[in-house]
Amino acid sequence: MRFLDEYRDGAAAQRYAESLRAIVTRPWTLMEVCGGQTHAIVRYGIDEMLPAGVTLVHGPGCPVCVTPVASLDRAFRIARRPGVVFTSFGDMLRVPGTSDDLLHVRAEGGDVRVVYSPLDAVAIAEREPGREVVFFAVGFETTAPANAMAVRLAAQKGLRNFSLLVAQVRVPPALEAILADPDCRVQAFLAAGHVCTVMGTAEYGPLVARHRVPVVVTGFEPLDLLQGVAMAVRQLEEGRADVEIQYARVVRPEGNAVARRAIEEVFEVTDRTWRGLGPIPRSGLGLNARYAAFDAERRFPDDAPAAVEDPACRAGLVLQGRLRPQECPAFGTRCTPEHPLGAPMVSSEGACAAYWLYRRRRAAAEAAAPAVAGAGVPAEAAAGAATGAS
Amino acid sequence: MAGEIVCPVPLPAGGRILLAHGGGGRLTRELVERLFVPAFANDALATLHDAAVLAAPAGPLAFTTDSFVVHPMFFPGGDVGALAVNGTVNDLAMGGARPLYLSLGFILEEGLAVDDLARVVASIRRAAQEAGVAVVAGDTKVVERGKGDGIYITSAGVGTVVARAPVAPDRVRPGDAVLVSGPVGQHGVAVMAVRDGLSFSSPIASDCASVAAPALALLEAGFDVHCLRDPTRGGVATVLNEIATQAGHEIAVHESAVPVGEDVAGACEVLGLDPLYVACEGRFLAFVAAHDAEAALALLRARPETAAAARIGTVKDGTAGLVVLKTRAGGERVLDLLSGEQLPRIC
Amino acid sequence: MCLGIPGEILETHDGPGGLRYGTVRFGGASRDVCLAYVPEAGVGDYVIVHVGLALSRIAPEDAEETFRYLEEMQELAELEGEQQAIERSEVP
Repeated sequence: MRFLDEYRDGAAAQRYAESLRAIVTRPWTLMEVCGGQTHAIVRYGIDEMLPAGVTLVHGPGCPVCVTPVASLDRAFRIARRPGVVFTSFGDMLRVPGTSDDLLHVRAEGGDVRVVYSPLDAVAIAEREPGREVVFFAVGFETTAPANAMAVRLAAQKGLRNFSLLVAQVRVPPALEAILADPDCRVQAFLAAGHVCTVMGTAEYGPLVARHRVPVVVTGFEPLDLLQGVAMAVRQLEEGRADVEIQYARVVRPEGNAVARRAIEEVFEVTDRTWRGLGPIPRSGLGLNARYAAFDAERRFPDDAPAAVEDPACRAGLVLQGRLRPQECPAFGTRCTPEHPLGAPMVSSEGACAAYWLYRRRRAAAEAAAPAVAGAGVPAEAAAGAATGAS
Repeated sequence: MAGEIVCPVPLPAGGRILLAHGGGGRLTRELVERLFVPAFANDALATLHDAAVLAAPAGPLAFTTDSFVVHPMFFPGGDVGALAVNGTVNDLAMGGARPLYLSLGFILEEGLAVDDLARVVASIRRAAQEAGVAVVAGDTKVVERGKGDGIYITSAGVGTVVARAPVAPDRVRPGDAVLVSGPVGQHGVAVMAVRDGLSFSSPIASDCASVAAPALALLEAGFDVHCLRDPTRGGVATVLNEIATQAGHEIAVHESAVPVGEDVAGACEVLGLDPLYVACEGRFLAFVAAHDAEAALALLRARPETAAAARIGTVKDGTAGLVVLKTRAGGERVLDLLSGEQLPRIC
Repeated sequence: MCLGIPGEILETHDGPGGLRYGTVRFGGASRDVCLAYVPEAGVGDYVIVHVGLALSRIAPEDAEETFRYLEEMQELAELEGEQQAIERSEVP
């Protein structure tokens, strides 16, 4: 596939890794913001290809992971109502709320349907005029234009049986919150390539000026990630702090004005609570007054019992890059993909899920490797012997 | 593939299945005698006794059972009927056996269109003929509307073992080559794509087919085949994990060696699926002793139905149950079991 | 987040709501995609598609950048290697 396969070339990836190794002089800590980038890094083993001093910590850019428990609980209550068709992206189906998830609601009789696009939800509303169709509008700025289009289409068609349950979030306030933390060790960001496709890079200028951290807008394939790391490391080595675009074939500094106009027409900036991170002012999007009729929270008002996040879940620290999943005491014990305490263990691009699927057994194998007699044998060699690596 | 029904539909076209069709009385007999028996046309079935009496082949028997609840019941490349035959036949072949006899139990939902049932029965007949098996026993029950999903099929299959040595995970050894018989992920994508909103302009067809012929060819050629398994639910990755665990060895796989059709690759990218975890219904994995690997692969490649067969990995002396993937980008990762089904994702 | 996949526009047509749609090919699979947000993209162009909508036209001239940058990195690495060799040879 053109514009995909070339960026997965193993030989080029190897050359990136080697040249990076040659120019690194000190340890650096970078954060990749987007969950899709986290997924790709672990899926392709990119972090293991990096020189020892370059550390990637995983950021909060997983809209599934940060959807607040209160929104999920609300979704379940709406989905249980007779006469409601509750539509959602597949990502959300296993995410636990206070005590449930959409799959269980479906098993109990709720009409829960996976859709690929918000426009499919509008089509369902058109086809089934006797049902109330609700779409779970989660996502970052990448998904906002699609959600906006769905609302505009429904308005245009005069659909009275379509509404959105909105849980949209914005990236830059989250990065500010991470940088504002005195314990923050992140020295550069690999910014989310598809968010910036829509929003451009304007929002990062002030952030870079204030905090003096390089920001490199990066794509999602192995070579994109390696190039993004290289660009960030070079800035750090040279003492620079600029906004750069690695993902130039897709991202323009001005972003996509048409898509942004659609967002502005339908949504307004709101405060929003991020699961695991808490409330972050002006970090969300909600339907504005003009389209308030399509707000599922207005259409289905309820007295919400307080949402409860499991206290044992340390997703917040994981999302800020301050805790690695395998360092969480609940990892693999109380918290597994089958019985998750929080979202990052069950989201397809959550850091905990990525480590569970791709790393857990390797780490256990290396830990179980018999100690080779004699001190001074490097750990990798011992592990290599145990796994028969050729 | 031909859509015509080979035998004329003896029951009124446009009719519906009623509860009475499962009641054992006149309507049941009508269904059996006018739809099922003519379709499967063999002496054992025609006696319509409570049990089929069969000539027992010499040597060990292979015996398997399975159930089929696929939704929707018709999909590009197949239907629940073809799936029932091929799935059962393939399980027997994976045990090193030549499939001989099948039984099929039908649980029909009240209100099912007779035309749909006839279409499925015709498909079963075609698949059974292609696989060289006879449907010798059957049963029909009807459940109330809403208590089923059109057609559920339960099968049992019997075959005669032709492999000279046992074909089982505990025979897998370090050094064994892992071969796959063709491109992966077709069935899972085909079924997911016909569900609302996930469809593609040019339908992606399931690979639903019998793999008995190429599998038995490998065995009869005398190659040192240690294990065979078909990657159905959970795809290649799941089977590799099962074998690695049951055999007590480590398996190393090369991502770029796994054949994936262009259409499946594109669909998987769009839906966010990993083809390694997507079900196949017409493929098998073979674990072959190192010294026979090249010749075994050549045999498969020489046959039209397995022309795209490939070697995808090697069994290693390492951590029992661990499957390690060398990714196309050069890094490595563990290929572990998923906790549930892959769902299409946007992230 | 944000699975965005590159696909080639094969043809365009009017879709629901009078919006511009197109048949977009991803490898061997084609799908109907809403092109309303990429008015500048036409038949033969590649676009990034997220949840059924195209968000950006891929600029082929910029696609080479990743490989050009790799060459730059390799030159840098070579210089660095030479520099280190010089420093080592200067150690008394």
